[in-house]
Amino acid sequence: MDTLTGELGKQEYVVERKDLQKLFDVLKNGGYRILGPTARDGAIVYDELSSVDDLPTGWTDEQGGGVYRLKKRNDKALFGYNVGPHSWKQFLFPPRIRLWQADRQTETTRISEETRETEKMAFIGVRSCELHAIDVQDRVFIQSSFVSPSYQARRERTFIIAVNCGQAGGTCFCVSMNTGPKATAGFDLALTEILENERHYFVVEVGTDAGMEVLEQIPHTFSGPAEKAAAANAVKTAAGQMGRQMDTTDIKDLLYRNYRNARWDNVASRCLTCANCTMVCPTCFCSTVEDVTNLKGDHAERWQRWDSCFTMDHSYIHGGSVHASARARYRQWMTHKLATWIDQFGTSGCVGCGRCITWCPVAIDITEEVRAIRESEVLRTESREGHHGDT
Amino acid sequence: MTASIETPGPMTPAFYRILRTRPETRDTFTVELETPDSTSGPLFAPGQFNMLYAFGVGEVPISVSGDPARPKSLIHTIREVGAVTRAMRALKRGDLLGVRGPFGSSWPVEEAKGRDVVIVAGGIGLAPLRPALYSILAHRQKYGRVVLMYGTRTPEDILFRKELERWRARLDLSVHVTVDRAMVSWRGSVGVVTSTIPRVQFDARSALAMVCGPEAMMRFTILELQKRGLGLEQIYISTERNMKCAIGFCGHCQLGPAFVCKDGPVFRYDKIQPFFEIREI
Amino acid sequence: METLRPILAEHPFFKGLEEHHLELIVGCASNVRFDAGDFIFRHGEEANQFYLIRQGMVALEMFVTGRGPVKVQTLGEGDVLGWSWLVPPYRWMFDAHAMELTRAIALDGKCLRNKSEQDHDLGYHILKRFATIVQENLDAARLQILNIYEVSA
Repeated sequence: MDTLTGELGKQEYVVERKDLQKLFDVLKNGGYRILGPTARDGAIVYDELSSVDDLPTGWTDEQGGGVYRLKKRNDKALFGYNVGPHSWKQFLFPPRIRLWQADRQTETTRISEETRETEKMAFIGVRSCELHAIDVQDRVFIQSSFVSPSYQARRERTFIIAVNCGQAGGTCFCVSMNTGPKATAGFDLALTEILENERHYFVVEVGTDAGMEVLEQIPHTFSGPAEKAAAANAVKTAAGQMGRQMDTTDIKDLLYRNYRNARWDNVASRCLTCANCTMVCPTCFCSTVEDVTNLKGDHAERWQRWDSCFTMDHSYIHGGSVHASARARYRQWMTHKLATWIDQFGTSGCVGCGRCITWCPVAIDITEEVRAIRESEVLRTESREGHHGDT
Repeated sequence: MTASIETPGPMTPAFYRILRTRPETRDTFTVELETPDSTSGPLFAPGQFNMLYAFGVGEVPISVSGDPARPKSLIHTIREVGAVTRAMRALKRGDLLGVRGPFGSSWPVEEAKGRDVVIVAGGIGLAPLRPALYSILAHRQKYGRVVLMYGTRTPEDILFRKELERWRARLDLSVHVTVDRAMVSWRGSVGVVTSTIPRVQFDARSALAMVCGPEAMMRFTILELQKRGLGLEQIYISTERNMKCAIGFCGHCQLGPAFVCKDGPVFRYDKIQPFFEIREI
Repeated sequence: METLRPILAEHPFFKGLEEHHLELIVGCASNVRFDAGDFIFRHGEEANQFYLIRQGMVALEMFVTGRGPVKVQTLGEGDVLGWSWLVPPYRWMFDAHAMELTRAIALDGKCLRNKSEQDHDLGYHILKRFATIVQENLDAARLQILNIYEVSA
């Protein structure tokens, strides 16, 4: 997937709402399985879409710490919400996959890997924070010392249509993490939805040749200054509505020097170690391996499935778990996400999507935890200075 | 042995045949595997480990305990601690064992040339250190004084006993073996392995130490070595953590920012010290 | 004894002591030797001496009913054997069993106790040195108790 820069990136197009179904048709004809947002079970989740009508038209979401609900909009926006409990990692890094099968015969053991052939996937409605999350996982699975064949295969066959957010969610903080709201890279096409008076259209930015090929097959016009301005304005509105904020100044060293901070006990007293945050987080990549066998013992399989650092098993070595306490496990998750990840992969592990805040049953807020640790340092310094003042 | 996959994925084991097995102590045994003919050079560096797979049961990280200069056989010394290692213990000559690897960082056998080498092993920790000692002894004249200190629970738990006695008989190697407790029939030293450190001779300014054993023992050992004047950059340890993949994907083996499977298991202590000393990290 | 003075002065345990204190200690010192198999002291006996081992190996043992004598520590050249002479009730807790021919300097603990009562400076210097030995032994013993080589269930 090429990412173009320069003039092509600057040129924008317009696609009318009525022509959007064509986009679906073109992708389907191209052999793509279309995946995108749809309303189901009281949430907006990512699933297979057969037409434009499957999108959550006229819905928005209300999010807060431990709070998520859908609400009807008073318009017919197709992308008028933020992110739900699903992320795109379930398609690129599926929750459960078989790695190989082995059969034990008299003299030998034959092993066969899962095919690396996968279907083509088109993601519709990928937010900027999610583009960054995909990039974060790319660094783990295909840009480190080893390459995951299944992730690489899926990633190569994915077509991405991003959507620029026109409003921010109650727990969003992509601005703090420098991951949005505008999609800048990593997409084939990027759409900004505009509803004004009677008109409903999308300003389209092309990211790659593949994206251009698709756009050519649907009715489109060049965008004019008014439309460009409307798109820019929509993004600006979203940037100004962020529900949360995180000061990331020196955050790696901040957490490196606060492993023994009492705040960890505080959050541990609230954390249920339910692992929700790791399941909804678009960058969490921990997995485990299940080796299974049939009853006869001559056929074995190895499966890989999602895992979470909040389980006792995660750090188990003979004798016990290294992270026996909830305190140690929460600390592991947060310092990994915000600090050690930077040393490991060159970026933060957090993209500011806010899912961990929304889906935590007890509303633990990662931005608040960082704030509390920063403040505890200020208080420590002040109390020390106070002492000096007294003597 | 394996169905030919041109480039097997990093999670796919190859199956090697067991040449021989040998019980070492009441809970430890050694397995020697036959390596495929295509190998010519060393199959591993001292300190590295393989993921060993017992068909249908599971896979565990085991340090290679053999001689890197003898690539015809791949030797692992395994302690029975759970279902997988228990299944491995039941395997016999001719059976197949799945192997992925080698993985991880290795002992500083090259950097140690021209210097005194202090090896401190506790319990099963002697197994990952043995390949380093083999390499050093193979080029003995390239090193200064070489000291091996080994401690374990009781005389019955002494690993590689015959080999230790042979090494002890050499004139160019200093070997000290101690046990935590013993019955009267034991004529050797009784005491914790760290208490040997103040007594042995080595040049603290330039020596390199390689330490492997239970974490508590390694902590005490580092303190004793520091008391002797070694800097933390002169001490190497080998750690262990839960591992499911050994390739930096599963996330289980993290120790602070380090992945024990890729950045370790051998660490120069000054690099890992700030994290190693944090409880439950 | 004059011949013991340089040996005591050089021994790591007594190094750094002032002249007049060294004099007092030399006055309480004597050369001893144990053959392999000899018991240097036994559990329950009065503890009136301690030993600087110059050569050989001594095992500290405890007789455990049903198991026989269990060795908990061995001491060799340079080690200091015995500190029960320092604290009441001045009785040995363990057996000290020479494993091989062992030569040591025996120091009359009772004599030193008395001299320390008169010269507190001397007492302080001796206690300071013993505190280090006790600490090292305590740390080692605790490490042994931890059973670090075991795999917990």
